[in-house]
Amino acid sequence: MPEQPAAIRVHNMSEVTHGYSEAQARLEAMRCLQCRKAPCVGGCPVRIRIPEFIQAVADGEFARAATIIKESSLLPAVCGRVCPQETQCQEPCTVGRALKDPEKGVSIGRLERFVADWERGCGKVETPAVKPGTGKRVAVVGSGPAGLVCAADVRREGHDVTVFEAFHKFGGVMMYGIPEFRLPKAIVGEEVDTLRRMGVELTPNFVVGRTRKLTDLLEKDAFDAVFVGVGAGLPRFLGVPGENLVGVFSANEYLTRSNLMRAFERGKALTPIFLSKRTAVIGGGNVAMDAARTALRLGSDEVHLIYRRTEKEMPARIEEIAHAREEGVVFHFLRNPTRFIGDAEGRVRRMELLKYELGPPDDSGRRRPVAIPGTEYIMDVDGVIVAIGNSPNPLVPRTTPGLETTRWGTVVAADDGLTTLPRVYSGGDIVLGAATVILAMGQGRTAAAAINRLLAGGAPAREAAEKVESIPDQG
Amino acid sequence: MDCSPHTVLYKKQLSEDVFLMRIRAPLIAGERRPGQFIILSVDEEYGERIPLTIADADTAEGSITLVFQRVGYSTLALADFNPGDTLPVLVGPLGRPTHLENFGTAVCVGGGIGVAPLYPIIQGLKEVGNRVIAILGARSKDLVILEDRIRELADEVVVCTDDGSYGRKALVTGPLKDVCERTPKPDVVVAIGPPIMMKFCAETTRPHGIHTLVSLNTIMVDGTGMCGGCRITVGDETRFVCVDGPEFDGHKVDFDELMSRLRSFQDQEAEEIQRWQREHACRMQQALEAATPGKESPA
Repeated sequence: MPEQPAAIRVHNMSEVTHGYSEAQARLEAMRCLQCRKAPCVGGCPVRIRIPEFIQAVADGEFARAATIIKESSLLPAVCGRVCPQETQCQEPCTVGRALKDPEKGVSIGRLERFVADWERGCGKVETPAVKPGTGKRVAVVGSGPAGLVCAADVRREGHDVTVFEAFHKFGGVMMYGIPEFRLPKAIVGEEVDTLRRMGVELTPNFVVGRTRKLTDLLEKDAFDAVFVGVGAGLPRFLGVPGENLVGVFSANEYLTRSNLMRAFERGKALTPIFLSKRTAVIGGGNVAMDAARTALRLGSDEVHLIYRRTEKEMPARIEEIAHAREEGVVFHFLRNPTRFIGDAEGRVRRMELLKYELGPPDDSGRRRPVAIPGTEYIMDVDGVIVAIGNSPNPLVPRTTPGLETTRWGTVVAADDGLTTLPRVYSGGDIVLGAATVILAMGQGRTAAAAINRLLAGGAPAREAAEKVESIPDQG
Repeated sequence: MDCSPHTVLYKKQLSEDVFLMRIRAPLIAGERRPGQFIILSVDEEYGERIPLTIADADTAEGSITLVFQRVGYSTLALADFNPGDTLPVLVGPLGRPTHLENFGTAVCVGGGIGVAPLYPIIQGLKEVGNRVIAILGARSKDLVILEDRIRELADEVVVCTDDGSYGRKALVTGPLKDVCERTPKPDVVVAIGPPIMMKFCAETTRPHGIHTLVSLNTIMVDGTGMCGGCRITVGDETRFVCVDGPEFDGHKVDFDELMSRLRSFQDQEAEEIQRWQREHACRMQQALEAATPGKESPA
């Protein structure tokens, strides 16, 4: 896929990859063997009919391809860009298997993106039809991928939907977390506009649990059901000395300043961002890659990525790792910081790293990193971004009596999304722990189906909720 | 549920750089408790999100009161909002409310505009039956705010100024020390003001073993626990001011770390102030030209 050269793109925030031309897309689609088993579909969390849409692309029938994708995925322009295809649809692809490399399989994600961009490009994005109004009202808490999809699916059934967002812009992690160079904000904005055209009410600057208690939405404001999709927005820190020095940030803070508050537009944005010259990023996921590449674009001379396992265990998408490396991010594997050291003004100046080796596999199946005592050494840094993951945001559970959470802080939800409170459903990272956009979307969709079943019944809330719980998962 | 725009209802300049503003925000007015804060921004696209403590609320009017000092771009620009103008971003109430109970005698120390967030706490402490001694400090007479309103509530009020232009010539720690040495000694102290003032208030009460609460105002982005920019060290733990606070045990807060973290972006903040001054000068020039007959630029 064509992309901006690394030497140029590190100086701008524009999207790295340009996407396929029509000819390139058709050529790539023709690589699909249309195998009868279609293992790719099994790898897709929302079961897009992949061979069918790829055939449509090969035939040059892009509108048909778009229709097929949209049966299952509401945000194809987003998912085509940010899904980890190599561990999902593309992982079992027969072509890739034959070539012994999932990267050489059919580029399903790129084709999905092509179809979505084509549709938007020719202004053919249709506003989904909305059934006649039922008078029933649903509150969606959080406007990330789970919330947006849930809102759309519930609205289609004719229910009134209000989305509550804590920030001043909609899109959740797609807005504040994923950088412009990987997911242009205009795309997220268009998805939000589609909801608006469908008649979904969008309320920004509203923190459910603070501005209004969740239970008040049901009892005082007469919402018939609530979907909680507030995400995993509580940054984890390492818990080592010096972590609160000036110049040490969570990736959430660093990326939010740049993405949501547009701090990279120096001279326009009022939100400052820390400009370091020798930046360390701690972590090996997509967020770590995003932070490292943002630091380069903000003018860091050197960006060092510190990960305590090896490249093989890194959870980031292969493409993001490759892009980061091309752009000049220096990888340090089997290392972890033990402390940060500051100057007299409390600004970070150095960090101490400890070397690791791989031991036997842990619960996640990845080989556990084991510290090698006595191997500490010092590295000079003037900025550190900690990107070792997020925990579920406790604000809603903490302010909602009866909403049970697991010992990891995730909200307890049945397969259909029903929580321990009647008429309250939940999905996305607040249920899954930190996961992916596509899984969050899938959960939003499942919960929407359950909410639609609940509201179709017209039975009293509690009774209906119990009934819904016993309906087998239809996803 | 009234989600109507956050319109400025009233503005009053309390001193050269201190302003009081009442803003329409019925939901926040109804939910807020003493000790909580809001986050606002003066520009939806490019503004910075800044936390300000809620000084008061009127549920009948559906308004909240903010008292703020012009210190950076956002507060300089905020001071230019007039009644009828709408704030593009205002969210709250955030943070945990003050824990209110009848402690016995409570000493409430406010420095500068710290007196504003102290006011609802004094209200709350009085409502549950405390005897309240208020100590209000400022650099000079014209910077003493809300004195009359606090006199209506508190059982005893001591005013002091750094330069002696009004009340006692002292820092707040002077009268605080005197009160701590009384018998019986006070049961609790609440101190709100600049970090350095809170630090020394905590040091003043420490030898007397009096529980001392401080309310911290740090750099924040979201205010819901998502960014961690507001983190501070309390005892051996890292805590988030936005969701764990804003009030903490003053004897356990690492104030030196807090003060250095507040300076994280000082260079860029200075640039922004210069930018506001340039933009402000430009607007003044335009206003002047528009007001001068015959000097309008051709449309």
